Amino acid sequence: MATSETHHNTSSTGLPKAPTGIGGLDEITAGGLPRGRPTLVCGSAGCGKTLLAMEFLVRGATEFGEPGVFVAFEETADELTQNVRSLGFDLDDLVKRKQLVLDHVRVERSEIEETGDYDLEALFIRLGLAIDSVGAKRVAIDTLEVLFGGLSNQSILRAELRRLFQWLKDRGVTAVITGERGDGTLTRHGLEEYVSDCVIVLDHRVSEQLSTRRIRILKYRGTTHGTNEYPFLIDEAGISVLPITSVGLQHTASTERISTGVARLDEMLGGRGAYRGSTLLISGTAGTGKTSLAAHFVDAACRRGERCLYVSFEESPSQLDRNMRSIGLQLGSWVDKDLLRFQSTRPSATGLEMHLATLHKLVKEFAPRVVVVDPITAFLNAGDDHGAEALLTRLIDFLKTEGITAVFTSLTRGGEALESSQATVSSLIDTWLLVRDLETTGQRIRGLYVLKSRGMAHSNQVREFVLTERGVDLRDVADTPRPRVARKAKGSRR
Amino acid sequence: MSGTKSASGAAGAPLPLAEIVTTGTPDPARWELRLYVAGKTPKSTAALDNLQRLCETHLPGQYSIEVVDLLVHPHLAKGDEIVAIPTLIRKLPEPIRRVIGDLSNVERTLVGLQVRRPGP
Repeated sequence: MATSETHHNTSSTGLPKAPTGIGGLDEITAGGLPRGRPTLVCGSAGCGKTLLAMEFLVRGATEFGEPGVFVAFEETADELTQNVRSLGFDLDDLVKRKQLVLDHVRVERSEIEETGDYDLEALFIRLGLAIDSVGAKRVAIDTLEVLFGGLSNQSILRAELRRLFQWLKDRGVTAVITGERGDGTLTRHGLEEYVSDCVIVLDHRVSEQLSTRRIRILKYRGTTHGTNEYPFLIDEAGISVLPITSVGLQHTASTERISTGVARLDEMLGGRGAYRGSTLLISGTAGTGKTSLAAHFVDAACRRGERCLYVSFEESPSQLDRNMRSIGLQLGSWVDKDLLRFQSTRPSATGLEMHLATLHKLVKEFAPRVVVVDPITAFLNAGDDHGAEALLTRLIDFLKTEGITAVFTSLTRGGEALESSQATVSSLIDTWLLVRDLETTGQRIRGLYVLKSRGMAHSNQVREFVLTERGVDLRDVADTPRPRVARKAKGSRR
Repeated sequence: MSGTKSASGAAGAPLPLAEIVTTGTPDPARWELRLYVAGKTPKSTAALDNLQRLCETHLPGQYSIEVVDLLVHPHLAKGDEIVAIPTLIRKLPEPIRRVIGDLSNVERTLVGLQVRRPGP
């Protein structure tokens, strides 16, 4: 018993902790929940409290060899089992293997008459029995406040709750107590008064019709913890918290150079291409070949045997594959080799945080060396400006920390000054390529130039940007014989 | 019944259940009551005393009382959904009713057991 406990006590401060096994949560709590103490998890209805409590127990039983007891005041054991089955938790199996006890406590106000003095000893006895039956190390109580609805004697209740939390501590179990968020208070009945060690707040906000779940460690006595609000996801693998802290500017800059997949472009970038781990932005008006440039970058990375993640907000994977085939890039074959993964979603499908969360998760799973977001503007349109900027900063920080080269495309609306449109983004970008229509004598050509590129002597030349069956071709504008351009321009119109 | 302890009589000595059940024949108006306690605490003792007095006054010859000590039989708490101690359960007549507390208020206990309808 003692050995398994000390084994998980990983904390720099020496405070013993019980790892939750929930992705990201252990990071922001610096190791997990306070071991042998109760933690309060509060939030409004539907914010994921029950799930967090349940996952804490399931992971405890399956990953850390710590059986658990789930006391449910709201849902029956069957309901609970069904609700979490979609998340891959097989509660029946855990119960059968004596790793979990589900105890539904029913308190029905209409059936109860109160007269005189009483206490909640029976609840303690039930809980004690359940703990002993599996040797539980973890307890979840969801939602204790139902008692306030079922029993009317507040002073008895409060005294008994205080006793319950002390009792849980005395039993040495790591407990998660959930509480419904009140009006202006953390919990409707002030449970926070009794739990002084760790308080976690969950939030489910809807902004511009898009919802985002967030988690925050409000208080964690005796340990350092992240104080920010972190977005979290609930999907088929349970909860994952995205500890996208402001990593700031701590990432190490690589001196390695990688090809953009277009030889002439590498030449323009100091002759050797982009820095690994840098952030590239390709901006331009509609139809100027931004996606094609990004596809070249991907193709080159896959040729080097590096994994790429392509996040598209405009085209489906098959459409992208077809279109890039027309310029000679066989992206589909990289997908088959598991070097390339497409992620196509509509920007409006989820909130901004959710996009970032999904991306974060995908990156962790797939471990790409190059990430393309096409276009980043769609991302930015999914939320308000401030949120978008903060999000982009976090995304870039995250990718940089991971040493991932990022390629963003950006759609510039007609009529806007090309450089001004992404003013907020600009400072975050290392290499900025602009594709724009140029009017020369009687001609309209696509011109590409490097607006900026940090840390290299880049070209100041404007190159003519031509899409051919063999991919992107960059030509010298001045050197191009006029008739060829005219022929090309006509040809592409036909 | 084997899992339960019989009620103690008015004198305080443990009495077998049969001595409390005064009617021998099944009675449609028979009251089957079960009192959950946890050890011999002042609250439990008070509740049992109050209950016996109440039954003798209002349900003479019509009732049986079964006392369950959860310290002895902790697993029985779940079946009747016991949270508070003491809890009195009216098993019969149906539907099940429950009264929690030391039953010191006779009127409320009677209302809880629906021996008497709540007054206007």
